[in-house]
Amino acid sequence: MPATGIGAPVRRKEDHRFLTGRGHYTDDINRAGQSYAYFVRSPHAHAAIKRVDTSRARAMPGVLAVLTGEEFANDKIGSLVCGWMINSKDGSAMKMAPHPAIARGKVNHVGDAVGVVVAETLAQAMDAAEKLAVDYDVLPAVVDPAKAQMPSAPQIHEIAPSNTIYDWQIGDATTVEAVFRNANHVVKLDIVNNRLVPNAIEPRAAIAEYDSGTQTLTLWNTTQNPHVARLVISAFVGIAPEHKLRVIAADVGGGFGSKIFIYPEEVVCLWAARRIGRPVKWVSGRSEAFLADAHGRDHVTHAEMALDGEHRITGLRVKTVANLGAYMSTFSSSIPTYLYATLLSGQYAIPAIHCEVNAVYTNTVPVDAYRGAGRPEATFVVERLVEVAARELGVDVADLRRKNFITRFPHQTPVIMNYDAGDYAASLDRALELADYGGFEGRKRESSRRGKLRGIGFSTYIEACGIAPSQAAGSLGCGVGLWESAEVRVNPTGSVEVLTGCHQHGQGHETTFAQVVSDRLGIPIENVSIVHGDTDKVQFGMGTYGSRSGAVGISAIVKALDKIEAKAKRVAAHVLEAAEGDIVLKDGNFTVSGTDKSAAWGDVALQAYIAHKFGGGELEPGLKEGAFYDPTNFTFPAGCHICEIEVDPQTGESEIVAWTAVDDFGTVVNPLIVEGQVHGGIVQGVGQALFEGAVYDRDGQLLTGSLMDYCLPRAHNVPALKVDMTTTKCPSNPLGIKGCGEAGAIAAPAAVINALTHAIGTEELTMPATAQNVWLALQKSAHLHKAA
Amino acid sequence: MSAVPLTVNGKPVAADVDPRTLLVQFLREDLRLTGTHVGCDTSQCGACVVHVNGKAVKACTVFVWQIEGADVLTIEGVADPNGPLHPMQEAFREHHGLQCGYCTPGMIMTALDMVYRKGHDLDDGTIRRELEGNLCRCTGYQNIVKAIAAGAKAMENYNKPAA
Repeated sequence: MPATGIGAPVRRKEDHRFLTGRGHYTDDINRAGQSYAYFVRSPHAHAAIKRVDTSRARAMPGVLAVLTGEEFANDKIGSLVCGWMINSKDGSAMKMAPHPAIARGKVNHVGDAVGVVVAETLAQAMDAAEKLAVDYDVLPAVVDPAKAQMPSAPQIHEIAPSNTIYDWQIGDATTVEAVFRNANHVVKLDIVNNRLVPNAIEPRAAIAEYDSGTQTLTLWNTTQNPHVARLVISAFVGIAPEHKLRVIAADVGGGFGSKIFIYPEEVVCLWAARRIGRPVKWVSGRSEAFLADAHGRDHVTHAEMALDGEHRITGLRVKTVANLGAYMSTFSSSIPTYLYATLLSGQYAIPAIHCEVNAVYTNTVPVDAYRGAGRPEATFVVERLVEVAARELGVDVADLRRKNFITRFPHQTPVIMNYDAGDYAASLDRALELADYGGFEGRKRESSRRGKLRGIGFSTYIEACGIAPSQAAGSLGCGVGLWESAEVRVNPTGSVEVLTGCHQHGQGHETTFAQVVSDRLGIPIENVSIVHGDTDKVQFGMGTYGSRSGAVGISAIVKALDKIEAKAKRVAAHVLEAAEGDIVLKDGNFTVSGTDKSAAWGDVALQAYIAHKFGGGELEPGLKEGAFYDPTNFTFPAGCHICEIEVDPQTGESEIVAWTAVDDFGTVVNPLIVEGQVHGGIVQGVGQALFEGAVYDRDGQLLTGSLMDYCLPRAHNVPALKVDMTTTKCPSNPLGIKGCGEAGAIAAPAAVINALTHAIGTEELTMPATAQNVWLALQKSAHLHKAA
Repeated sequence: MSAVPLTVNGKPVAADVDPRTLLVQFLREDLRLTGTHVGCDTSQCGACVVHVNGKAVKACTVFVWQIEGADVLTIEGVADPNGPLHPMQEAFREHHGLQCGYCTPGMIMTALDMVYRKGHDLDDGTIRRELEGNLCRCTGYQNIVKAIAAGAKAMENYNKPAA
């Protein structure tokens, strides 16, 4: 096999078009007769809309339409919905408030759309938007999740008293109470998991076009899951029947979760395109994206860990308030529940866990999945508790972890998950060695001579990827299945097209998926094309998120390849005049075992189509097979990240001086791409820990509303990363793949904060740990020490 | 306003545009050179970097009328479309210095400018500091830094494109 099979660091097939400026991102696409949409957004966090006057805006040059919530409601366009039903403790359903694409009667966050102007040019649309007069009665706002349920908080949606969406729990509270009563040591932490703005570098965009002849709508959209978008827009929003709506997501410039969701803007573009009979294009500005793209995280948590006299973790008790913003985004409800609390066992054998989650509405941008989605929050809780436990007990942080690691598999946690495979000690040992843990004290002394504080922090994380078997997801409230589809089409000349329901927006599927085909069929990777991102080409698929494309998407391809191989062997048997059972496919050649007869892959492909060697009664012509793969379990990537950091106590400024990551992703198809995913994930996690944080003032104005105010990590803010891997294969899918896309973002924040708190000697440090926050923590701690 | 004469990727063009037209809009919308991207509205991200008279410029921050007569090089003009990649492009490919590809054209134009100003022997610290004006959300920068160092070296024996 040439060096393009599974495990080879193949250079990416998709790179050429990106390197030469010839990608096809949504904003690069222009349609004949295209018009431009510009949204008018609420400047208030919470206000009644008294009056909307469109007359002056309509009179502006070039204006084709000015549309408001009234027209939207009159046209009976449905509400956006959240697709994962979560029930409260008492069995009552979550309180999902209507989410019209254009607000009517009341706005609920700064950036809530109140109207759209469509004009011949973008400049004309923007000019006219300034003339749209909206009178507001400003209402009090609530932005802090910890305050949303207080009696003094304003009520945002009628359906949700106390702004409570659900009051959910998992685990056995009684057992956990007993464990805590008998504990020898209890660690307690109050944690704020900071609100983040995903900021894929490509802003969202949509172009909608209506063909009145066929009554068909086409939407070019920056989405991670075009089929789910089509399903929701047709079945729930009701813009067009599913078979009359085509969604195309060509090249998409990063997603990180934020492009999973069905947003108001694409719905409005479709609606407007049909109303005015012209293609309508919308491209988000960056500052607009801060107010219109779903944010991530935003948890307030109290967590306690119980340990026995031998330092074994006996229980975990967690109470979280999760901010879901002003409306429930597409998958928002599942993030702080089944993607969060089910991971609270971490890598540890913890016999009893109880977690309560209250999800609340606030007058802020909706919150949904962002890289890691719930699992970074869970990892932060568990890994902070373990680290602080070790410090309080005066034992080594690595030893305490090792003592509590799960070592036998399968392992059933008290919070649903059944871990299938892993070797957590192997990752820890390798990381300790690479990080030269033994040499830390020496390095610390050296730092101290330069007046710097030095700390080291660990994060031994676990995640659940895939995301789930469909039945399991359904039993937990998910409105869709989480399988994946693949279709393998072999052309008469032997080249192969693979249609996948996954979607790439940086992951390199056009290379890795082709590697799997090249490996299996023994054909050059150049002869394989991966087709994705168009609902007219791919029949159905669930898209890409939750590190699922390898574990689920590739598994579907493998299943389809099984069928292709079986069919090709039947054709080859006719070509070579041999028994089907004697045909062997190896290195792109069919041979008859025990003979020197052979036929090349391309010859057999051609014979499948010309059908000269077999009769229609014996065998169907053609070589095309499809498969749907539904996973039988989650996959459980895990690993150990170690961060070493230096702090200047005079200024609070910190610098990460070393990073070691040892991850177990199961089988790796392309190590170059996997390492790239780890790098990117870590830096997003470092961003959360040190730089990023969405800040609202108490009136609900987003103070960090542009890239001037919201700090994304830059190249000089982050260190060179040492990345290595250990491997235990995933037993539940054919290639043993676990997934790698989110690991870094899940592991990193806890490692950074564990290192920083180690350096500065106080646990009271909030994210983002900016120089100011670190300096304040140092002052507070010094003050307390003085007072004591 | 009369048309503004410019040279873009070696070809003379006349920009007959509204005075508020930014260079990036002219390139993307009038010339349909969509390799130059827009990632922000505050000149932070660097996805729109092109060369104007041989120097890296954020095309979102320049009005077309400001650069009358200038020589503009975009990502589309860095290498012959039918020939091999430029060594800097090749280095990004070889070292997996791109994922979603959106920031990539700006990164490459910045990297070329870096080599023109700082030479072929670039250390990590220099590259990271010089990338101050370019944001990437996918790669964590590690492989971009590696690619620029390698690309700079490889350019020692390469003719600078006429820009």
